[in-house]
Amino acid sequence: MSLIRKTAAELGAMIAAGDVSAVEVAEAHLDRMAEVEPKVKAFLHVDREVTLEQARAVDARLRAGEKLGPLAGVPIAHKDIFSTHDMPTTAASKILEGWRPPYDATVTKRLREAGLVFLGKTNLDEFAMGSSTENSAYHPTHNPWDLTKVPGGSSGGSSAAVAAYEAPLSTGTDTGGSIRQPAAVTGIVGMKPTYGGSSRYGIIAFASSLDTPGPFARNVLDAALLHEAFSGHDPMDSTSVDAPVPSVVEAAKSPDIAGMRIGVVKEFSGEGYQAGVLARYNEVVKLLESLGATVVEVSCPSFTTALPAYYLIAPSECSSNLARFDAMRYGLRVGDDGTRSAEEVMALTRAAGFGPEVKRRIMLGTYALSSGYYDAYYGQAQKVRTLIARDFEAAYQQVDVLVSPTTPTTAFAIGERADDPMAMYLADLCTIPSNLAGNAAMSVPCGLADEDGLPVGLQIMAPVLADDRCYRVGAAVEKALESRWGGPLLKEAPSL
Amino acid sequence: MTMVYDEALDRFEPVLGLETHVELGTKSKMFCGCKTAFGAPPNTQVCPTCLALPGALPVANAMAIESTIRIGLALNCSIAEWCRFARKNYFYPDMPKNYQISQYDEPLCFDGYLDVEVGGETVRIEIERVHLEEDTGKSTHVGGATGRIHGADYSIVDYNRAGIPLVEIVTKPIPGTDRLAPEVAKAYVTELREIMRSLGVSDVRMEEGSLRCDVNVSLMPRGSSEWGTRTETKNVNSLRSVERAVRSEIERQAAVLAEGGKIVQETRHFHEDTGTTTSGRSKEEAQDYRYFPEPDLVPIAPDTAWVAELKAGLPELPSVRRKRLQAEWGLSDLDMQAMHNADAFDLVEATVAAGAPAADARKWWMGELARRANETGVPLADLPITPAQIARVTELVASGALNDKLAREVLEGVLAGEGTPDEVVETRGLQIVSDEGELLAIIDQVLADNADAAEKVRSGKIAAAGALVGGVMRASKGKADAARARQLILEKLGVSE
Repeated sequence: MSLIRKTAAELGAMIAAGDVSAVEVAEAHLDRMAEVEPKVKAFLHVDREVTLEQARAVDARLRAGEKLGPLAGVPIAHKDIFSTHDMPTTAASKILEGWRPPYDATVTKRLREAGLVFLGKTNLDEFAMGSSTENSAYHPTHNPWDLTKVPGGSSGGSSAAVAAYEAPLSTGTDTGGSIRQPAAVTGIVGMKPTYGGSSRYGIIAFASSLDTPGPFARNVLDAALLHEAFSGHDPMDSTSVDAPVPSVVEAAKSPDIAGMRIGVVKEFSGEGYQAGVLARYNEVVKLLESLGATVVEVSCPSFTTALPAYYLIAPSECSSNLARFDAMRYGLRVGDDGTRSAEEVMALTRAAGFGPEVKRRIMLGTYALSSGYYDAYYGQAQKVRTLIARDFEAAYQQVDVLVSPTTPTTAFAIGERADDPMAMYLADLCTIPSNLAGNAAMSVPCGLADEDGLPVGLQIMAPVLADDRCYRVGAAVEKALESRWGGPLLKEAPSL
Repeated sequence: MTMVYDEALDRFEPVLGLETHVELGTKSKMFCGCKTAFGAPPNTQVCPTCLALPGALPVANAMAIESTIRIGLALNCSIAEWCRFARKNYFYPDMPKNYQISQYDEPLCFDGYLDVEVGGETVRIEIERVHLEEDTGKSTHVGGATGRIHGADYSIVDYNRAGIPLVEIVTKPIPGTDRLAPEVAKAYVTELREIMRSLGVSDVRMEEGSLRCDVNVSLMPRGSSEWGTRTETKNVNSLRSVERAVRSEIERQAAVLAEGGKIVQETRHFHEDTGTTTSGRSKEEAQDYRYFPEPDLVPIAPDTAWVAELKAGLPELPSVRRKRLQAEWGLSDLDMQAMHNADAFDLVEATVAAGAPAADARKWWMGELARRANETGVPLADLPITPAQIARVTELVASGALNDKLAREVLEGVLAGEGTPDEVVETRGLQIVSDEGELLAIIDQVLADNADAAEKVRSGKIAAAGALVGGVMRASKGKADAARARQLILEKLGVSE
């Protein structure tokens, strides 16, 4: 089997054993990228020489006997929102075109130290605002299952790269579903760790109280290995939790859910959900029961108000977070011809540098935080957030994890929802509550919808710092389904 | 158009309010590890966080939080059991994030007071809040007439100051100060500065901007209980300016009101040269700061036991200390006031601690050295002489090795960098002539050269001895002990006093 079809765990073991070098593995993936990128367009930045240089350095470290982690030498693609000192970091925005950070994000720094090799920076919705990657200022990304469809978003470049075998692993960020939704619609595993479980330092901020970095992989164990490699307390991020990383790798290797209590979220099914999505979802719920779990229906009434609350909180925080893009210190500068004031240059730059969705959210947020409106909008949304957290708490009194479809529909067509923000926002209906409560949540593939043959994801939600439960349930589902399918879901994907 | 102060006060009563910003003297910035040294080359004390590079995050400086709580305790405030930072959003090139991390409706310290002495009376200034925030960078506007951003050819920004911890201390409105309003304002800022110094939290140098004061003034007609519209005067950069700004604003507002005009709620700028204020930004066009809790930082929840520990560990506060020292030193209210105004307390106290009598220590610092400081425009404490050196000089005078005139020369030598007092005495040869033989030889010579004067003394006109003593002093280049010389002259001429 070619190197690109291997799992990250297998590649790591082969490299550690000296069966293959990090350079050879990197080259295999770079070649695959060269072959399929014209169709998938998952990447914004690739620099073969920088990647190979990193791979050579890892090979040298291994030869020198340095003890590196299980992913040493394994290639990875990073959402272009993680700062990397040796590659540009743009958040897919024109305002940061060509920007090279002088520093690494904590996540990328830790992965470098663990010996992972960076393949490049992947596409996203500008500043992570969107659910289709169509809001990238550069180009849309195509779903490897069907090139006319979106790969989800905002981390659509990262999901597409992994689904297209361009990379065995990738990083993403999840603010309202930006890891789980793209994972679901591309048939891979995506995990949003507990908020604060993985450092935000060096990740270009969208909504600070929601942003969570997390892993993409083609299987649950690989996701766990990556999760473990970059997570854990970071003194550079005040909101980082000073607690041990939940034992996710161990959980991913223990696909046993006998005796677990699993809650089916009543509010996330029925009207508005695609028939094929519900069919696969209902099957997987039965499967969980057959694996020995106790499945009960749980009501979380406030979850229906999560979407509007999210669309007040996230834009409010982004309106402030994005204020720093002002042409004064870095990035795009427009209109600086010696006749204009700093204020005019700021305004012209922001008008030219931000795309329409970013502007829409800045305006929404600016309005919601305005004097006289704060209580009615931002203040009210924070109260809803508290109610959602209480619903989760009550649910976790009864069950160990909650499940729902990850998304109401399978991947939609490129262009289909581009002019309808409300339809676009609905893609995150099921994923947003976990962000608002800071809980852990995962999407694992659970089959293909009958009507379009596209992947469906199962969302597994767990309490704060119980990320391991997502991996345990995810691994059990993966094991049972793969034995039913005779291999991973991705082998059903059309070849590119 | 202004009204003279007395007339203004005949017709109106002022209400004051003071907002003071104190830059904390922490080693690192409020939300990153950058150094805070004053005067470093521009943009050399910066990092991703204080430059607001994409992705950088703040981490709160624990020492700054501790200092703020200590300030709050010294100002008799309650300390919040739980509070948050908030973002104050507005665009300005010297503020890298285009929001300032500050505190809004949840200040760290609140509801305190500070008593100040003005004209023998104690005035209680109520403190509304003490909160912690970060400083902005420093803009320099080049070209144009005003030195302000509008009309400038270009502007340059130094971000070294961006992110330095800043404590804002806000008073409640201060009514009832009447004619003493300017003095009360000055006394408050002076006292605040003393407290910061005693706490060791800031070097509080107004000229370097580590203590900045905004002065709010409003007037109401005498007999009214409804406060007028206030103005906020910025750019008040010295204690004297605090007083002048209040006075000038009272006079200006009184004139406007007397003519039936309305006071515009606005920011005004104080001008050191003219002592007047001019209109700045009107509050009507002021921004909506869109405050919201800072999501990048966790709430501050100071442990009650820790706060109690900080309270127990507060140093003796300046007002208490002044009372104690006055009793110990036996100095008058006037002397104490003068020393307070001249920032001489610490110096005098240290000099006394080094062994000098209080009266002597006061005399040197408030006399010769204050004069030198004044002449050279250097703060007293920055003169290149130590309290221990002053104590040594007083010791030399007390032992008779120096007289006052020689002592002044010694000080001059020390200030000129010629070394310690003993070294200056040595190198300049300033010992009093205590060798009786040498002194007698000089006296003989002087008596011979001034036979007329000597004769007068001999005949009983003892007052004429002064000229002879003067002659001895001249001949000895001031090194003679004048009292001894006089004694010897009288003995030689066979008269007694």
